Amino acid sequence: MTLLLTRILGRLPIGWLQLSHNRMRLLAALAGVAFANILIFMQLGFLGALAVSTKLPYGIFDADILIYSPETNTLSDAGTIPRQRMYEALSVAGTQSATPVYVGTLEWERDEGGTSSLRVFGIDPDVLPFKNTEIATMQNRIRLEDVALIDRTTRGVPKTLFEEIDDGKSYAFEARGRTLSVEGLFTVGAGFDADGYMIVSDQTFLRLFPNRASGAPNYVFVKRAPDTPAPILTQRLRSALPVVDTVVQTRDDAANADQAYQLMERPVGLIFGFGVAIGIVVGMIIVYQVLSTDVADHLGEYATFKAIGYRQSFFLGIVFEEAIILALLGFIPGFVVSLALYAGASAATGLPIIMDATRPFMVLAGTILMCTISGAIATQRLAAADPADLF
Amino acid sequence: MDAPVAQPIAFPTLQKLNEALTPIVTNRLSHSFGAGEARKQVLFDIDLTINRGELTILMGASGSGKTTLLTLVGCLRSVEDGSAKLFGQELNGASEDVLVSCRRRMGFIFQSHNLHNSLTAMQNVRMGLDVHGSDIQQDWKKAAAHTLTLLGLDERLDYLPANLSGGQNQRVAVARALVGNPDIVFADEPTAALDKESGHQVVRMLKGLAEARGTTILMVTHDNRILEMADRIITMEDGRIVKDER
Repeated sequence: MTLLLTRILGRLPIGWLQLSHNRMRLLAALAGVAFANILIFMQLGFLGALAVSTKLPYGIFDADILIYSPETNTLSDAGTIPRQRMYEALSVAGTQSATPVYVGTLEWERDEGGTSSLRVFGIDPDVLPFKNTEIATMQNRIRLEDVALIDRTTRGVPKTLFEEIDDGKSYAFEARGRTLSVEGLFTVGAGFDADGYMIVSDQTFLRLFPNRASGAPNYVFVKRAPDTPAPILTQRLRSALPVVDTVVQTRDDAANADQAYQLMERPVGLIFGFGVAIGIVVGMIIVYQVLSTDVADHLGEYATFKAIGYRQSFFLGIVFEEAIILALLGFIPGFVVSLALYAGASAATGLPIIMDATRPFMVLAGTILMCTISGAIATQRLAAADPADLF
Repeated sequence: MDAPVAQPIAFPTLQKLNEALTPIVTNRLSHSFGAGEARKQVLFDIDLTINRGELTILMGASGSGKTTLLTLVGCLRSVEDGSAKLFGQELNGASEDVLVSCRRRMGFIFQSHNLHNSLTAMQNVRMGLDVHGSDIQQDWKKAAAHTLTLLGLDERLDYLPANLSGGQNQRVAVARALVGNPDIVFADEPTAALDKESGHQVVRMLKGLAEARGTTILMVTHDNRILEMADRIITMEDGRIVKDER
């Protein structure tokens, strides 16, 4: 290590020698950096899960453009729009199809015990195609009354139940005075508010939710004609439909808007963002403590070096060397532990808490930056002093 | 293309050359600590010239200003009042760059050895070489080992300061000060932390090496047994030079 660093730095790796001289302090410092890394990784993991899981349900439908109410922020609080807008949309040149979509929430109370909250989509199986190939093959089944498709990753449901359904065993449950029979499973993934997703026909939906009217869906999903680009059709629909009660967005824009709403305006997004900030502050304080104690302990030696002609940049170099060593060595255990915690948290919550490819590099770069800033603050005392005042 | 025009070479005047060869010249050098009511003057109008190749000892009771004088001409403390010239270079108001280049021409030995406790004897001595830039670094091992051997530490090259005795550590500090072949060595009570025997040994070795290389030494000490080795003894009292004998 010492030889390697001597090569890289072109001088004695004093920072490394200083750090490794006091093993206990080095270990404590590395634990501190790793802890801050874990804190940041976990918060980013939750934040990422929120971002990903919010967009997931949008991905199952093969629609280009979504028409919805201006009151709508996210799927769960979607307002209603007049079904009339669907017919108006159909009359716009470039629209291939338009179909109403109803969204509701249903408690799935199982006989064996346990309750899961399902986000229910009521769709017209003859019109609305699915992007999700698994659902597309089962689409015909929901033409039958009271037949449902359910997300097999629904949170809180024992795996054995879904295994039995996959094996062809029939499963039915009661909800709102009706008996729903589950005829197929698909995979989307739980979100922060809903435990899972269920797809039924619009007819079944309206029976399950008697207070909902067929004339007031939550969304109108539009598919464009192949020769009309989505942005152009979006413009046409916007000018054709009244602004007071409709918003027209491409599917991706609508998903992004929902995601931004979840991250920026809902408390849960803010809390995780806040958690990331806390992690950074905690990390900086730990590293600053370590580095400033180290500078204070070696003030006499540094003063000696200054007295024999070393410049301020030399001391900055030592402290940066220490900061980067701490950042790199602390990152490794922090990253490994975070991976384990991701797996655990993901299994426990059903949320897509996953390490994406860029996150480790961002966190590592952030850690190095955070350590370097702490290091720069720690050397302040050395900068202005006469060597004679430092002994 | 025009033929290159011969540039006149600027020869330094004889006086400047002489100045540049004289290690230390001070003129009405004064110094005070503190500000306002608490301001206390500790040096008064010191006029002093230190000659090349001599071992000069500064003596005096504590509080007489001898260490302050040493740290002022040794570039460890900013010169604020009067003039101090190190090899012709004025230190009063000198920039950081000037101070750094002056510091690189000298070696410093302190009361306590001030070795870096994470570095071995060899590495500590290397620090005295590295400061001069990378071209000297190539042979650092040879130079460091040679200097340490001259000081009788050839069997302790890779020891950390914690594993060496006080006298041995102080000899490592001497090696660090001398390894870069400085023009002048400053020593601030180098024997204070040592017993008489090893203190004497350290100074004898320092003087031996310095004489061989023509190095100037300015040393602050209380230690009477060292005096016999001095070329010149300057005694200070209350911030003034009261005796100057050879």
